[in-house]
Amino acid sequence: MNTTETNTIKKPKMGSPVGVGGYVSTRNSCKLCAPLGASLVFKGIEGCVPLLHGSQGCATYIRRYMISHFKEPVDIASSNFSEESTIYGGSRNFITGIDNIIKQYKPTVIGIASTCLSETIGEDIPGHIRHYQEANEGNGKTLPTFIHASTPSYAGSHAEGFHNTVLATIKTLAEYEKAGSHVTILPGMVSPADLRYLKELLSDFGIKFTLFPDYSETLDNEYTAEYQLIPTGGTPIHEIQRIGNSKAVIEFGSMFNKTALRSKDKGTIQTAGEWLESTHYIKNHQMPLPIGIAATDRFIAALKDITGLELPEYHRKERGRLVDSYVDGHKYIFGKKALLYGEIDLVEALAEWCREIGIEPYYIKSTDFETLRAEANNIKPDFLLGNSKGYYIARERGIPLVRVGFPIHDRVGANRMHHIGYRGTQELFDRVVNTLLEYKQEHSPIGFKYM
Amino acid sequence: MAYILDERQKQVSVAGANAPTIECNKVSLAGSVSQRACVFCGSRVVLYPIVDALHLIHGPIGCAAYTWDIRGSLSSGPELHRLSFSTDLQERDVIFGGENKLYDSLIELIDAHNPKAAFIYTTCIVGVIGDDVERICRQVEKEKNIPVIPVQAPGFQGSKKDGYKVACEAIFKLVGTADKPTPKKSINILGDFNLAGELWILLEYYKKMGVHVNATITGDGRIDDIRNAQNAGLNVVQCSGSMIHLAKMMKEKYGTPFMRVSYFGIEDMSDALYDVARFFKDDDMMAKARQLVKEEISRLMPELAWYKERLTGKKAAIYVGGAFKAISLVKALRLIGVQSVIVGSQTGTPEDYELIKKLCDEGTIIVDDSNPVELSHFVKEKHADIFIGGVKERPIAHKIGLGFCDHNHERKEPLAGYEGMMNFAKEIYATAMSPVWKFTKNP
Repeated sequence: MNTTETNTIKKPKMGSPVGVGGYVSTRNSCKLCAPLGASLVFKGIEGCVPLLHGSQGCATYIRRYMISHFKEPVDIASSNFSEESTIYGGSRNFITGIDNIIKQYKPTVIGIASTCLSETIGEDIPGHIRHYQEANEGNGKTLPTFIHASTPSYAGSHAEGFHNTVLATIKTLAEYEKAGSHVTILPGMVSPADLRYLKELLSDFGIKFTLFPDYSETLDNEYTAEYQLIPTGGTPIHEIQRIGNSKAVIEFGSMFNKTALRSKDKGTIQTAGEWLESTHYIKNHQMPLPIGIAATDRFIAALKDITGLELPEYHRKERGRLVDSYVDGHKYIFGKKALLYGEIDLVEALAEWCREIGIEPYYIKSTDFETLRAEANNIKPDFLLGNSKGYYIARERGIPLVRVGFPIHDRVGANRMHHIGYRGTQELFDRVVNTLLEYKQEHSPIGFKYM
Repeated sequence: MAYILDERQKQVSVAGANAPTIECNKVSLAGSVSQRACVFCGSRVVLYPIVDALHLIHGPIGCAAYTWDIRGSLSSGPELHRLSFSTDLQERDVIFGGENKLYDSLIELIDAHNPKAAFIYTTCIVGVIGDDVERICRQVEKEKNIPVIPVQAPGFQGSKKDGYKVACEAIFKLVGTADKPTPKKSINILGDFNLAGELWILLEYYKKMGVHVNATITGDGRIDDIRNAQNAGLNVVQCSGSMIHLAKMMKEKYGTPFMRVSYFGIEDMSDALYDVARFFKDDDMMAKARQLVKEEISRLMPELAWYKERLTGKKAAIYVGGAFKAISLVKALRLIGVQSVIVGSQTGTPEDYELIKKLCDEGTIIVDDSNPVELSHFVKEKHADIFIGGVKERPIAHKIGLGFCDHNHERKEPLAGYEGMMNFAKEIYATAMSPVWKFTKNP
């Protein structure tokens, strides 16, 4: 096992005099804040406008960050706290905010995420929602559905924000009726292309399914010739409701929302799949993101197990070609060292895949890029595998970076990139092998023509 | 214009003889999806290009993560500004306070990087949880013997523009703390952030004119130069929205006169040089400026004429951070035959909008603190071909099938100066003339 888990960040001693703790700041953070993850989930609900209850900047920064990755419109509203709302409470801004979203966007859903500010001053968002509903219902208006996720940025990262919001949405909407025959897939933070792949695979299988969240279209839309205020696509509300009656749930991940250190839910944090299993008695098939043959086989086995259906021929052949390509390419990657970073669910899946093909994976849990940069001096990786933010380390070391995951701010096409299933693994494998071949060729004294 | 929220109706007008002056300087409306950011953002973008200072963000992680290496502000030396440091406050710190983390982080970072000064940005919750940041700053300043300056920038305390003011006040604390011999005919350049190396183009011009540049605030900025900024004979202020406050404070305390300039487009760029020569009442300087302008223009005009011939009749929408820049853009676009049909900004003042109204053709939409709903309607109504804005405006343009020019942080080609005018023309041409639009016009 090559995984280094050196946690170089020393925790300060509580209540110790200033300076005794030896706390080291987070330098070039790998993580982002929780409301970003929430916004991503809300973008995966049909007809939904996200609202961040806090300062204007949170929404604007997150919009900018997501737009630079997806190259798509990302409208996120803000309740735009002022000094007054910080002191006396944000209910007035909340009401104005909701009113204006309804006027401008006519959404069917408003997804509300808290921020560090609204959580710190103790805003009662469920209370605000209830008051708004009470004040506005009964006058003939149909109000949007409100979903609230608690996502203070001082607890966990964007990944926790994502998983907490998946859980909060399902808790809010899931029905509990007679079990249906559909399967729910909770894919975690994957790319729009990955989501499209899952839909194709399940349709080809002939499985009735609900995929949530589904931002495959909202964040990777066709050219529309107009600015759709709410882009088409997303998981419809009625489908999220019926998640509560699924035959089975498959959820991808390994850490989910469990790295957040919130005192109130220590040891009791559930993932959405676990919650459905414990309250709705739906079998939850929890597994790492299906990257690699073994991991995808496991996913396919679960699908077969749940439905009794066979893997369609087309996808069986995708697997076959993947095996064939492993054989063709194995020598060029064997024993290479990869330095991995990103959301832990993705990193652990990628690490397992690296081992599957003979690459040595290295990664550090919950770290920052400067720690990673220092560690790279000891590890001496052959390449980096992660989002675009590690580019400066690759550049400094003169080694390639294979871009995966989120964010990819310095290239086009991040939303069309596959990571999961036989198809995603194939794409990753080809990219990694070719990157290492290109590196070798570029550094060869003769510049060969055949590999 | 039914799609405009009632409360915002007065922030939009159409240029014409009887057009009212639009309202501005207002807080963004809740739920309006403003393109603006917050106080923290305003302070951060202004101070960011000071390359030999430590920038530590005190708060939960988001604010630091989203501003890491956010501006293409180049440095001719240290690159400390490109690192993002955060105290990364956790739930426990929210309850028990984050002062220890702040102190420890500062000591460690100062020891590791030897900065010339440190800026400590306080974000939304720091004041709420009661951290005494000023005290920690004073303590570290004493121990480490460098200026440690709190930048009180909780996001909710106003808009981005208020953040500019906070940044100016932080810089002002440094001004006057050094006293170096400085030539009389010297200037400080305020409000250029050296995006894509634009500042270096300006330095070259002023050098040719024989003007000494004392401090550049804040592009490629150096703490020691800022400390001596009061010794310059003149503050030349671009991006007036962000830096005019500093210029005013310096005038009041040190008597340093200031002038507003813009470096975008030929007219404004040339005026920026002439005005400085005029200010110093120096005939030699003026002669050199004339010579420089003559050379540049005679080189540029034939090339620009080529673009003008091809771009004439195209219509542009402008929505940028500062209104002063918008004014220059209207002029620069006119030079290459492009008409501005929408002109807006996040932070314009009444004077700016008055100027825009006079400058623009009748029928031009003028807007303050706009949002995607309005902007997407405007460009369709006015049949714009090109949009000039920042990252958040790009998808609005692209989804509607308009060309786009990034005139903000992410630009990689300089757009200031004569060279910049050329790049600007090239970029407008490239985006307007691309053959891909045949697929968007007939999708």
